[in-house]
Amino acid sequence: MKNFKLFPVALFVSIVSLLFVDSCKPKNAGNAVTADAASKSYVAPGKYDEFYNFVSGGFSGQMSVYGLPSGRLLRVVPVFSVDPEKGYGYSEETKPMLNTSRGFVPWDDLHHSELSQTNGEIDGRWVFANANNTPRVARIDLSTFRTAEIIELPNSAGNHSSPFITENTEYVVAGTRFSVPPDNVNGDVPINSYKKNFKGTISFISVDKATGNMNIAFQLKCPGVNFDLSHAGKGKSHGWFFFSCYNTEQANTLLEVNASQRDKDFIMAVNWKKAEEYLKAGKGQKETVKYAHNIYDEKNHTATSELKTEVIVLDTKELKDICYFIPCPKSPHGCDVDPTGEYIVGSGKLAALIPVFSFDKLMNAITAKDFIGDYDGIPVVKYESALYGEVKKPGLGPLHTEFDGKGNAITTFFVSSEIVKWNIKDLKVLDRASTYYSPGHLCIPGGDSKKPNAKYVIVYNKITKDRYLPTGPELAQSAQIFDITGDKMQLILDFPTIGEPHYAQAVSADVIKNNSLKFYKIEENTNAFVTKGESSAKVVRKDKRVDIYITAIRSHFAPDNIEGIKMGDDVYWHVTNLEQDWDVPHGFAIKNASNGELLVMPGETQTLKWTPEKPGIFPFYCTDFCSALHQEMQGYVRVSPANSSTALLFSTGKNVAPVDSAVSK
Amino acid sequence: MKNTSRLFLVILCAGIVSCNNAPETTTTKTVSADTISASGGQEKVKDNESEKDIVKVAVSSKDHTTLVAALKQADLVTSLSNAGPFTVFAPTNAAFDKLPAGTVDGLMKNEKKEDLQNILQYHVTLSALKADALHDGQVLGMVNGDNVTVTVKDGKIMLNNSATIVASIPASNGMVHVIDGVLLPPEKKK
Repeated sequence: MKNFKLFPVALFVSIVSLLFVDSCKPKNAGNAVTADAASKSYVAPGKYDEFYNFVSGGFSGQMSVYGLPSGRLLRVVPVFSVDPEKGYGYSEETKPMLNTSRGFVPWDDLHHSELSQTNGEIDGRWVFANANNTPRVARIDLSTFRTAEIIELPNSAGNHSSPFITENTEYVVAGTRFSVPPDNVNGDVPINSYKKNFKGTISFISVDKATGNMNIAFQLKCPGVNFDLSHAGKGKSHGWFFFSCYNTEQANTLLEVNASQRDKDFIMAVNWKKAEEYLKAGKGQKETVKYAHNIYDEKNHTATSELKTEVIVLDTKELKDICYFIPCPKSPHGCDVDPTGEYIVGSGKLAALIPVFSFDKLMNAITAKDFIGDYDGIPVVKYESALYGEVKKPGLGPLHTEFDGKGNAITTFFVSSEIVKWNIKDLKVLDRASTYYSPGHLCIPGGDSKKPNAKYVIVYNKITKDRYLPTGPELAQSAQIFDITGDKMQLILDFPTIGEPHYAQAVSADVIKNNSLKFYKIEENTNAFVTKGESSAKVVRKDKRVDIYITAIRSHFAPDNIEGIKMGDDVYWHVTNLEQDWDVPHGFAIKNASNGELLVMPGETQTLKWTPEKPGIFPFYCTDFCSALHQEMQGYVRVSPANSSTALLFSTGKNVAPVDSAVSK
Repeated sequence: MKNTSRLFLVILCAGIVSCNNAPETTTTKTVSADTISASGGQEKVKDNESEKDIVKVAVSSKDHTTLVAALKQADLVTSLSNAGPFTVFAPTNAAFDKLPAGTVDGLMKNEKKEDLQNILQYHVTLSALKADALHDGQVLGMVNGDNVTVTVKDGKIMLNNSATIVASIPASNGMVHVIDGVLLPPEKKK
């Protein structure tokens, strides 16, 4: 099957077509936008957008939320990186969210977003995200737009094939991009022993229907290849999951060349219902591993991080009928399933066609054992026996496909910088539109669900040379919105993004906006250091630890004068925002704090640890312009030498006679 | 204040017209009308969960219908729905009734809007002052630029020796002190 000679030929053909196929060249950007584009993306001041767009932030580690069609940035949700704007990863309460089995990790790489579904439709409860570098999956609560939970994945490296879900959010999956020796064996092996020692692992993380809480239900031990992307079956194919695989050459160096040798790599079909049966029958192997599971509690506003030590692994080499390989041309990247669940689209990065597989044919081929052999113990289905058909000459460098629910698919082409709309049934190209430039993912609202809402397709571009004013060596990545309600796809707007957008999802605002939390009820605040009213504000010393129970309300802190802090103390500022009003956060900053600041939502308590470095007077103040008297919202703390006799005092608004003679006379 | 912002909008629209060479001004008029109706002011935000702001406290009181009507007439509803913090001395309907006959009706006329604004702004000060923060002899600078003097006698808090605080209600954006008289700002020197 290895074909060294074919590769250079294919490359040559690709280059030739790149040079001569006129339709693939990006057209002049000026011509691409028609006159009514502005009105189609215009949302009047004071009007809401029609859709939420959840866009991965790539190397920023965050997820950004935009309104569509205006492209307004609504919020950046911190997920896998600290965020000074929200205090995430700085307050004592949020630090545990970024804990891992290797300790605190302040910055990761977030690739994909996936909205939770019920019956194959987006239900607006949660959005999931994956950390690529230190393998983790996060769940973001869409009533608070905050990261509610993060679970780490053992036996994994490069969690790229994630966090895609089954049609009732039974599972979130995580397929490892970099195969590695499993965690419980000695990994100190020669790199070129890849074929012998390296394994690919796919995790199935169960999601509690009521709470959303995640748990690694089981892991599948698979051959050592690169798992790239995935999507669940739906409808008739519910119970199956499909993963694109590349580097089936099992190369361990210069993958740019060595993982592009084979004419075909694979899409791996996983029968997860069968895996559940094996799990129930006790066929899983308990492995000792180490991974962190972090949960943010909305009642006490505190995250906890628990280190877990066990995972159940099913060996797909021995448990024969869980996994099947389907040959797929040229290092497939996107792996997308149409709304009916019948068609599985593989996008080979280097392929000159798009193969569309049929779920029914695949089932028949498996039943008939129509295999061409096996790969590392996994049966390989005959390509033609699973194939529905191929889209011929669609463009160069197909990457990802979404669906419009009207029988059509739209695929991005990285190399030829375009999106191409094609009909799933007859596999004919219907329309193509240039993008600026080099698109990766694309998103139709609900475009990977059973019910797409195909008003727009949003395309996420890697390159924006000549699109925006230059900003030094690095330019913003972009999103471009196309109106797809007509026969021709029409570019109506582009806007820069936060970090690098990989996958994104969008949903009608109606599904989410009415569930948005306005504030935390102070009477339900169970933070260990909450102060429920100004009369309860206090300063408590216990040896070298000082806990300051301080409240914030428009427009003062209580207490705002504190004395008796001494050198060598660890001071914990527990700031409770007493407001019970929407959109009235208070900030907290104190001079010389080496850690950062706080931002405290109404009804919430957050804690900043502060270690004074010298005696003196240190002002603190509110950092979030809260009111007309925001500039008055300040206080002072006095720090004395360790051996001083300064008494512990705290007060607010007490008109104590000034001690300095200049004023009191 | 609102007149100023409307004027600004008109100027802004005029600017857009000249830039775009739009054929008729009617389209831009539509845009500005849309803009105003779409935003509607902070008081229009649907929110039954948050603690009531000062306007909502006043609206929910059957003893303050005159005050609420006057606030609307004086275009002060949006301002008092703002983040604050305010202290509002809120005269009851009975307090307004104590004014000479015809006074309130006269102030509610459009040509008397500035006078009405002056009187109402004389009932508002910045910062959220609880009753225990008011002490005898204290002088409060009111939003209209004039001062109110506080007297405290036998636990009773009076303002300008003419109105007594009969109740205090905390609001999300400040404090409402219900008073039994209307505070009349000093005559303006010409």
